[in-house]
Amino acid sequence: MAQITLSNLRHSYSATPKTRDDYALKEIDLTWEDGGAYALLGPSGCGKSTLLNIISGLLNPSEGRILFDDTDVTSLPPDQRNIAQVFQFPVIYDTMTVYDNLAFPLRNRGVAAAKVDARVTEIADMLEVTDMLGLRAAGLSPDNKQKISMGRGLVRDDVNVVMFDEPLTVIDPHLKWKLRSKLKELHQRVRATMIYVTHDQTEALTFADQVVVMQDGEIVQMGTPVDLFERPQHTFVGHFIGSPGMNILPCDLRDGGAFFQGEQVALEGPASQGDGETQIGIRPEFVSIADQGLDATITKVADVGRHNVVEARVGDIEVKAILEGDTPVKGSSVKLAFRPDQTRLYRDGWIATEAAS
Amino acid sequence: MKTQNQYGWYFVLPVLLLVAFNALIPMMTVVNYSVQETFGDNVFFWQGLDWFEQILRSDRFHAALGRQFLFTGLILAIEIPLGIIIALAMPRQGFWVPVCLVTMALPMLIPWNVVGAMWNIFTLPEIGLLGYFMNNTLGISYDMTQDPIAAWVTIVTMDVWHWTSLVVLLSYAGLVSIPDAYYQAAKIDGASPWSVFRHIQLPKMKTVLTIAILLRFMDSFNIYTEPFVLTGGGPGNSTTLLSIDLVKIALGQFDLGPAAAMSLIYFAITLLVSWLFYTLMTKDDGK
Repeated sequence: MAQITLSNLRHSYSATPKTRDDYALKEIDLTWEDGGAYALLGPSGCGKSTLLNIISGLLNPSEGRILFDDTDVTSLPPDQRNIAQVFQFPVIYDTMTVYDNLAFPLRNRGVAAAKVDARVTEIADMLEVTDMLGLRAAGLSPDNKQKISMGRGLVRDDVNVVMFDEPLTVIDPHLKWKLRSKLKELHQRVRATMIYVTHDQTEALTFADQVVVMQDGEIVQMGTPVDLFERPQHTFVGHFIGSPGMNILPCDLRDGGAFFQGEQVALEGPASQGDGETQIGIRPEFVSIADQGLDATITKVADVGRHNVVEARVGDIEVKAILEGDTPVKGSSVKLAFRPDQTRLYRDGWIATEAAS
Repeated sequence: MKTQNQYGWYFVLPVLLLVAFNALIPMMTVVNYSVQETFGDNVFFWQGLDWFEQILRSDRFHAALGRQFLFTGLILAIEIPLGIIIALAMPRQGFWVPVCLVTMALPMLIPWNVVGAMWNIFTLPEIGLLGYFMNNTLGISYDMTQDPIAAWVTIVTMDVWHWTSLVVLLSYAGLVSIPDAYYQAAKIDGASPWSVFRHIQLPKMKTVLTIAILLRFMDSFNIYTEPFVLTGGGPGNSTTLLSIDLVKIALGQFDLGPAAAMSLIYFAITLLVSWLFYTLMTKDDGK
């Protein structure tokens, strides 16, 4: 177990990177606390798998250092870093039984047979695969194969970190939920640091205590699921997390107030000074229909079960709202109100209001 | 409700005709010869299973069969491991991949009788590059036209040269289809290179290797042209493999009956071994 520090990490797949765009990872400074459950969230191609492979040692970073506690492991190969990784597609050793698969990482490190047996039995019990131990692993279903891959990651009790690289991609939807809760439970039992890479916000938000959101090789925000939802540091986070994502609306800043389509909109707090393009960010959950507010025309109403997702047009800009109970019909004119303490201002994508205290 | 009719047979008919004329009818002719005796003039006498009994009891057949199994056993024992080793050593990406692949494929593109002739000239003691070098530069006596050991070394080497590429290409195809994640997981699990080979590469190559062994078994068991051109079965009978012996009986001595019986036995052995091997190799699949 260890605290993992990434310091000034940059990586390029090109041998001679020239511009900033040549870097798959632009500048990463991050600390993963010992025993935490982390998720690395971002769209495909944002560099999250690159980052994972750098931590596991499958890839050497172009620049920067990786520390496990105070030890520099940047140049160590994967087998000397004491880490475990579970891949997108289940990796199992076809020729071996489930038992031998689970025992493999221990036997390779010369662990005594009695201890191997104890660990394998314990892990098999946690994963509920005890009755499969004698079977050839090749014949298992994909979700059981993935369980075995996870088991191989968890079987060593001295691992610094267990990493999951989109492990539920090949699992059937109804089993995804089961495996996800299993993982969460496992984390609580083994208390190892876990990093979970995914592009699925539900997976990230349910698994992790801390979510790291990445975009284009950069970390945009790190925080609890609640932080990310309530106070996105960047419009990308606002848009990427939530269903539907945050409304990002163009606005003018003048006379100390923010104006959207000519109407002043109250913000959560005073905006910082600066130049740049400004936008208002408000989650659809905090947009409501009121007696007073912005004039809007309802263009679309979608009933998604517990609530309605309503799209309305203010001038030529679309605003989404999540409404419960009675909803106006399509084509009707309404007035929209934004909840002030949830209305943020972004400048060039980054948050520019101070939180209301 | 589906329409039920018999039109489907018309679609199968061309294939049936094709198979009948290129396999079934010639085969039945052989069966026909194998139970009769002829002295020419298209006059035949019923012989029953006598020819089969004669062939199965004949020392000459036993000797040829023995040589055939020795030859096939030797080339499989060399070509399969060698092919795997070369495939493992080949680059996985970059400029050298096509170079290696094309170089590997070259021997297989040369016609069999040309291969035989090439190796014949190559090994002749007086004028052949290899033959001359061995005898006159190294001072090792090497003459495949006189010495049975030299003849065997030559036909085995020739087959290895000609066909190892097939094993290489098939193994290579098996190797490149293994996802990187397997190697990465093995690295993280601390697996030794031998474990990686034993538990990842070899199992993933099993299917292609089964095909490679099967193809090499059938081809080498039925080999005719190359040894015929190279040694003609000699010196003496030392490299008279089954097919060479068969042709001697059928066309040299014109004993059609025994030759027909021998081809059927020959065919049955090839089929039986191939079937046994394939069944054994695939019995665990799907479990």
